[in-house]
This record gives sequence, C-alpha cells and structure tokens, in this order.
Amino acid sequence: MTQLDMPAQAPVLTQDGRPLKASLSRALRREKLRAFVLILPLLAFVLLTFAAPIVDMLLRSVDNSIVPQTLPRTVVALELWDPQTDELPEEPAYAALVEDLREAVAQKMHTRLGSRLNYEQSGFSSLMRKSGRAVETISGSDVKGQLIAADSAWADPQIWRTLKLYSGTTTKGYFLSALDARQTLDGVEMLPEGERIYLMLFGRTLMMSLTITLLCALIGYPVAFLLAQLPMRTSNMLMILVLLPFWTSLLVRTSAWKVLLQQQGVINDMLVWIGLISDGNRLVMMNNATGTIIAMTHILLPFMILPLYSVMKTISPSYMRAARSLGANDWTAFWRIYFPQSVPGIGAGAVLVFILAIGYYITPELVGGTSGIFISNRIAYHISSSLNWGLAAALGALLLIAVLVLFYVYDKVVGIDNVKLG
Amino acid sequence: MKLATTLLATAALSLTSISVQAADLTIVSWGGAYSASQNNAYHKPFMAMKSGVNIINDESSNEAVAKLRAMNEAGNVTWDIVDVEGPDSQRLCDEGLAMEIDPAEWLAKAPDGTEAYVDFGPSMINKCFIPQIVFSTTFGYRTDVKEWNGAVPTSLCDIFDTAKFPGKRSLEKRPKKNIEWALLCDGVAKDDLYKVMSKPEGIQQALAKLDTIKKDVIWWSAGAETPQRLADGEAVIGSTYNGRLFSVIEEQKQPVAMLWDWQVFDFDGWIIPAGVKEDKLPLIKEYIQFATDTQRLADQAKYISYGPARASSQPLVGKHADLGIDMAPHMPTNPANQKNYLVNNIEWWADNQDEVEAAFQVWLAK
Amino acid sequence: MSSLPSYASPLQRTWHYTFRIICGLIFFFLVFPILVIIPLSFNAQDFFTFTPEMLALDPAGYSTKHYVDFFTNPDWQKALKNSFMIAPTATLLATVLGTLAAIGLSQPHVPFRSVIMAILISPMIVPLIIAAAGMYFFYSRIGLQGTYWGVVMAHAVLGTPFVIITVTATLVGFDNSLVRAAASMGAGPITTFFKVQMPLILPGVVSGALFAFITSFDEVVVVLFLGSASQKTLPWQMFIGLREQISPTILAVASIMVVLSVVLLTVLELLRRRSERLRGVTPA
Repeated sequence: MTQLDMPAQAPVLTQDGRPLKASLSRALRREKLRAFVLILPLLAFVLLTFAAPIVDMLLRSVDNSIVPQTLPRTVVALELWDPQTDELPEEPAYAALVEDLREAVAQKMHTRLGSRLNYEQSGFSSLMRKSGRAVETISGSDVKGQLIAADSAWADPQIWRTLKLYSGTTTKGYFLSALDARQTLDGVEMLPEGERIYLMLFGRTLMMSLTITLLCALIGYPVAFLLAQLPMRTSNMLMILVLLPFWTSLLVRTSAWKVLLQQQGVINDMLVWIGLISDGNRLVMMNNATGTIIAMTHILLPFMILPLYSVMKTISPSYMRAARSLGANDWTAFWRIYFPQSVPGIGAGAVLVFILAIGYYITPELVGGTSGIFISNRIAYHISSSLNWGLAAALGALLLIAVLVLFYVYDKVVGIDNVKLG
Repeated sequence: MKLATTLLATAALSLTSISVQAADLTIVSWGGAYSASQNNAYHKPFMAMKSGVNIINDESSNEAVAKLRAMNEAGNVTWDIVDVEGPDSQRLCDEGLAMEIDPAEWLAKAPDGTEAYVDFGPSMINKCFIPQIVFSTTFGYRTDVKEWNGAVPTSLCDIFDTAKFPGKRSLEKRPKKNIEWALLCDGVAKDDLYKVMSKPEGIQQALAKLDTIKKDVIWWSAGAETPQRLADGEAVIGSTYNGRLFSVIEEQKQPVAMLWDWQVFDFDGWIIPAGVKEDKLPLIKEYIQFATDTQRLADQAKYISYGPARASSQPLVGKHADLGIDMAPHMPTNPANQKNYLVNNIEWWADNQDEVEAAFQVWLAK
Repeated sequence: MSSLPSYASPLQRTWHYTFRIICGLIFFFLVFPILVIIPLSFNAQDFFTFTPEMLALDPAGYSTKHYVDFFTNPDWQKALKNSFMIAPTATLLATVLGTLAAIGLSQPHVPFRSVIMAILISPMIVPLIIAAAGMYFFYSRIGLQGTYWGVVMAHAVLGTPFVIITVTATLVGFDNSLVRAAASMGAGPITTFFKVQMPLILPGVVSGALFAFITSFDEVVVVLFLGSASQKTLPWQMFIGLREQISPTILAVASIMVVLSVVLLTVLELLRRRSERLRGVTPA
C-alpha cells in the first residue's frame, strides 16, 4: 500500500485508465456493500422478531401512562397541592377525581388503575374498587365530604401523596420495587427487612449459578484433561459420552432427574435397598436448591468440558516433559506448568456456564420447589400470574444487564467468533 | 418501532387470514379430566348437531387472565369462549375484559319454564359469568401411611398436626384458602374469618400458623399435582379440586381417601372475551345456550364429580358413564360432605388479593 | 499420563488408577441419568422406579404399553405432528438467513462487524424468559401470538446463532483465492457460490441446520408463551406432563428423543470428519 501514497504527482493507473487508488476504494466499497447485502436479511430479521420485542417489553418497566390517562383532571388539580403538608387537597381535587373516576368506571379502567397504584401502596386496589362503586351516588356540593364518607382512606394525605408521586407518564417505581426499595417524599428508601425479596432472589440466583459453575469446573476439568491426554481414537469415543447429554433434550434430562431424585425415586430406592438409609428417612433431594443444583450441573457440564478440552488440546506436552526432566515431580509439573496454560479454558467455560445458568427457567421450575427457584421464575410469575408486567420488565431488564456485562467479558476473554460447538 | 409493527402486522395478517374459518370455535379450558368431561358432555354433541362446526380446545385457562389482557391490549382477541373460575371472571368483568351478558338472551330456560337466572340462582356471581359447575377444594390423604399407626385424619386441623400425621403436605402456592384454613385451625370462628383477615395482623397470624408446617409442604400450582404426588407417595395429604381426587380414588384405584372437612366451594363457568369477532357471536351464543341447558349440565356430572350449577339439573345427576357408580355421594354438595364448609368470598378476595398475595409470596420466599 | 511407564512408582500407579476411576464416575454421572430412563420406559407398572419384577429381569415386569400410549394417544400424536411442522420450517428459515449472513460476515471488510456479530449472536445469550416475554407482548400486538408463523419465526431466530457459528467455523479455513480463481475464469457470483463455496461450507451448513432443528425441536419456554393449543409441541406436552400428571409415557417419549439425539450426533460426527477431510485438516 505504501507505494501508492508515494508518487503523488503521477498516480498509478489501472488498465482502464482510472487511478488505482480510486479503483481500489471502489472495489472496497463494492465488497462492503456485498457483505452488507448478505448480512442484511438476517440482521433485519433478528432486529424485528427478537430485538424489537425485547426493547418493547423493557419500555414497560418505566411506563406509567395509565395514571395520567385515567385521571387527567386529578393530575392537573393536584399540581397546586403541596404534598409536604399534612393538609388534604381542596374540594376541586376531589371533584376532579370523582369526574375522572366516573369516566374510568365507564371504561372499566378504575380497577386496573387500582392494581397499578397498589404496587406502590397497598390498599389502593380495594380503594379504587369501592370508590368506583361509590361515585355513581355522589352528586351536588361537598364532593370531598361524600367521597370521604364512602371510603375514609380519602381523608389520608398519604393516599394523595402516592397519587401525586406517581402521576407522571414514566416512573422509576418498578425498578425501585425490583431492588426492594420505594420512593417517598424524602427520596428513595429501602423496604423494611421483612418485605425484601428481589435482592435476596438475585443474590440466590447468582450464588446458585456460581455454585453450579464451580461444580462444573471441578468435575469438568479432570474429564477434559483425560480427553486431551488420550489418543485421538479413544478420546473421540469418550467424547460421545459428553456430547450425548449435550444433544439430549433439556426436558428429557430434567425428567430423568425428577425420576432419580424423588423421595420414591431411583436413588432413594437404591439407598434403601443397600441399607444406607431406612425407608422412613428417605433423602429430600428435590423441590429444593439441591435438586436445582444437581440437575443444572449435569445439564451445563458439557458447556464446561468442550471449551476446556479445546484449550487443553493446544497445550504442548513437551513443556510438562521439560519440567519433569528438570526435576519437577508430577504434581509440580502439572500445577506450575500445565494448569496456568489451561486457565483460559476454565475462564471460557465458566463464563459460558454462568451466563446460561443465571437465565434458567425450566429446570428450577420443575425441580426447584420454592427454595431452588431463580429470578427467571419470578419474572414468569409476574407475567402470567400476578400480572405486574411493569415489575416483570424491570426484573428482566436487570437480569439482561447482568447477562450483557458477562457477555462483554466473554467477548473480551474468548471472543464471540471463537465459540465452538460440538 | 411503529413502522416495524405495521409492516409485521401486515405480513402476519396475510399469513393468518387464510387459516381461520368462521366455523371454528376456540374454547379455552383447563385440560386433563375436566376438558375431557366437557368434550364428552358438550363439544361432541354440539358438533354432531351442527355439522361443519369445528371446536378447537385450548388448555390455557390457567393463564387466561394474563392472555386475555395481552390480547385486549393488542386489540386482537383470538379466543371465543373461555372457562374460568368465579374469582377470575370477577376480575375479567371488572377490567372490561369479559363481555356482559343478558341471561334472558343467552341462557336457556329450565324445562319447566323457570327463568335461567332463577334456575342458576346464587351461582350467577357477576354480569359476565355463565356458571357451569360447583366444585370444591378439599383434602385427600393416603390410607396406607405406616407412621400414622392406623389413625386417619378426620378434621382439617390434622393437616397442622405433624406429630400425629407426619409426612409431606401438598398445598396450593397461593394464599387463598390456605389463609382461611390456617385461621380456622388457629381458633378463629367461621363468622369472624374475613373480619380477622381484613386486618394485617390477621394475615400474619395465618402465616405464623402455616409456618408450623412450612418445612413439610410441597407447593402446587396445577390441580393435577396433588393427585400425582399422593399416587406416587411423594405427599401423604394434599389439597386439590374434589374432581381430581375422585379420579385418583375411583378411576385409578389408588389408596387415597377424601377429607371433606371445611371444603371451600367455588363456581366455574364460561366468559365471553370482550372484543370477540362480531360474526362469531351467533355461533358462540348458540353453543352457550346448548352447553348450559339443564340436560347438558347434568350430563357433565357423568364424567367428573362436580355439581351442576343449575337447580333443575340436580335431580338428573345419575351414574358415572364408565364406572357405573352413583355420582351423588361424590358431589361436594352432598349433605354428608358439607358438615363444615366455606364459600369462596369472591368480593373480599377481589378487594384484597394484591396485598395478601404479595405478603404470601414474601413469606414463601423466606 | 495416557499410558503408565514401566518405571512408575507405586504412588504414581495408585494416582493413575484413582484418576481413571474419578473420570469413570464423572462419565457415569453424565450418561447414567439419560440411560436410566430407557429401561424405566418399559415398566409394566405406572411407576417411575424399578419394580421388583424388573430387577429380577422377569419379562412380566416389562411392557411396551407406554410406547403404545404414545403412538395412539391423540394429544401426543398431535404434539409430535406440530413439532415436525414447526421445526423444519424454522430450520429452513434459520439456515438460509444464517448461512448468507455468515458468508457476509466472513468477508474481509465488514463495517461495524463486532456490533453486528453481537446482535446476531444475542438470541443465544439473552435468557429465554426475557425473549419469551418480549415476544409474547409484541407478537400479540401484531397478531402473531398463537399462530403457526409466530412460533416458527421465534424458533428460527433462536436457531440462527448456531448456524452463523458453525458456518463461520468452516469459512475460517476457506481460501478466498478460490473465489477469485473462479471469477477470473468467468464464473458469475451465483455459479461461484454453488460450485465453489457451497460444497466446502456444506458440512457447516448442515450441522448448523441440525443445531437449529434441535433448538426448535427442544424449545419450550417461548412456545409456552407464544403458542396456542394448535401449536402445542412435544416439549410443551412433556412440560405439562411433568408438572401435572407424570405418566410414564413421558419416559417413552424421552427414550425416543434420546435415540433421535444419538442419530443426530452420529450425523454430525460424520459431517465433521468429512469437513476436515475436505479442508485438508488432518486429525492429529
């Protein structure tokens, strides 16, 4: 390339008389375009069918439009009210609320609004339902008095503070809930000890994933080492034992573990049969954290062995031999020479196993009981049972951030181009 | 995002419009033995009567509220008729996700000419709900537990007696019913139940009582789990719907028996999703009229031990279709079975569900 | 390590065999849970454990009734049919799009290569529950929720990273001068692709397709959210069965699926050997 830059006054020409530089950059542009055209269909497909849905869902974690949309007049009326005082809002705010509620009842929005606000302060759900029934009978002057007579909660400034606090179109309430915190007038504060749940669940998800990763490394290492040492023919045969679980359906493996770990299952039966435990003292290995850890270690083990093996294959045996000939014993040779060279393999496998583990849903759901479930199970619960989609989105966003950080680390350590399968 | 949505929607529409025909009726229900009983009592005779109508069974009733809300939000309702429990119908009706129906227009009169809403009586719990059956949630236990030394549980509170009746309990992973049962066994009288529960201390009292057996509980979220655990011996006592226990006892002949003490009555029935396609309505109405008439409701009891919601169907309940046994003693409404009972307090739970559920989930995760 | 020299000390000897035993136990841990379900699936009783008759190898303890149930029960048959309707279409979509993109990515000059790669690989990395939830809401809005094409597209996108990875791997050793040689001899880009590139990357494409197939064929989280009754797949039916009524039919299905994975594994291994031979990589 350097000679192209040199003779500036006499450009090198191609056969058809164009400057070589221009011609080359045109070819480069064409090449880029060609590559891009090949990539574009999949890129568009992934963006539309995968990335867009996820972004769309994550936006729910800050969406609060239901409050200003259902109570537009109340939100305006409350602008003048100072939430710091212990005074209740004036009559116009109550009148606006009753008018908003009447419309909400007609569109059946008031119960949904109640559920939304109930996430921030309990009691709103029933308050909205009762008030929805009451507004039909309220008329004339002193709306304030009538509404308070219908439900005394409207005489509580705290209810109004919450309303005012959550009157914007966006909210950080869901993210705060996902971190066991809540918004108050004086800023963010943590929930009382007894009501915290998500930080503990995140912590448990991380701890259990870490345990699973460590177990995988611990039992994957010897096998990868053996496979890397054995002659190709033998190791290929043994490799099938690693690849078979890798290729077997996740549900098949989970059902196998369910069959094995039950109290009336194969393992307990065997232990009773050989007399290690009595029939009345069967081990509880399922519907708890133990079940999740055993089953997931088995399921994720191949993801540790395969990268480890591919790194170990590249370690030349001559280093170990050299160390031994210099007087090192087997252990020293392994520990000082071989092991450090295999660390990248452990890193690659560990990050991969960890990434996969923290997002697991099916296996904890089936064998985890209540103490062996992950944050994913909680997300599913909020989507299909409690219907708190905003919180599900916030929890999902936090989980996704964790995974993306790990993915970034993985990319730096191993490189996504170097992911190998099978 | 907007553009993408429009583009995809257009593409999707062109793909899907071909496959849906007007004569398809998508009916959502619970699956398992319950769906089978509906299939035998309602779907098959209806399809035999109306040739060209094809009923598609969807077993998503468990997630019905979530899915209906998503469909409603998207403005794309793909279900025609949905089977839900009473409390869910209340929520769907409150949120405008279910259609309000006029009983005079939608439901057939009793054979003697009694108006439908009179015949259905107290089971018509809200303006959207079309009742089918009365069911109850109650307990079943294994009859061959060695550690019990021949004793069998006779009262609800034996559930909490782990000394006399050791072994795993299978309870629903929801506060409803568990809270009531715990309080009843903690000395609260039936009449005070919801008064106590309305105070936060009441819920804490119930959870404290449940704490005494927490380590012995395996939680369930699908009705078939308890019968399965009882049959496998994974649990020795468990709560579930009475029809599921009937099937494990009488049809599968497992060593399991019923404990009817303090069973909780509930209704189950149909709702029509709001926003269902206009041109489907006549067919939906025809199906509902057919499937909830006096004879059809009585027919369902031939396949599963749930009581028909119509008064006029009661005398028609006969024998089990395959086993030939008399179904009446297995009905939750049989006088011998309802010495102590509760009726699900839909109103209270609708008002307090969110709070209690949150407290229960925190307790559960500890 | 692989073989013990004759001058090994007793300690080395002991360690050598201990190590072999440890590895043996780990291999046992890997395959035992999968293999144990095969004999159990022939249980004549409706139990999930070995009956005394089975342990005594009494033929009366064994039966194929769970297989008969699988092949005659309409629920299972419908699930099987649905799986075989969804997986091949999803595989085709994933393979075509993934192969084109992998060829594009392997060109020497691709702008924003690493960003694009990260996006394309993301379906493999993002926790399934997040993807499923997002798709559930988004596909509902565009009318794809509960449709065949909705499930197919979701499964296809989950399978594409595998196609990209396997095809990229075969392209790493690809000599681009072959393409130039073909072009200089007057072959158009399409001819070049089918005559020169395709035969060389074919093993990668096929193994990518197998991965995409198994991804769809095994997938349960997304289909649970996105599917409706008419898309109930085999894993979905298994999930319901596992959670609700564990009938031993599940073990029969599981055994059939284990056999299927053995077949796929064999095909892959043969392909890998062929690919190495074609690219002139000799196994060490």
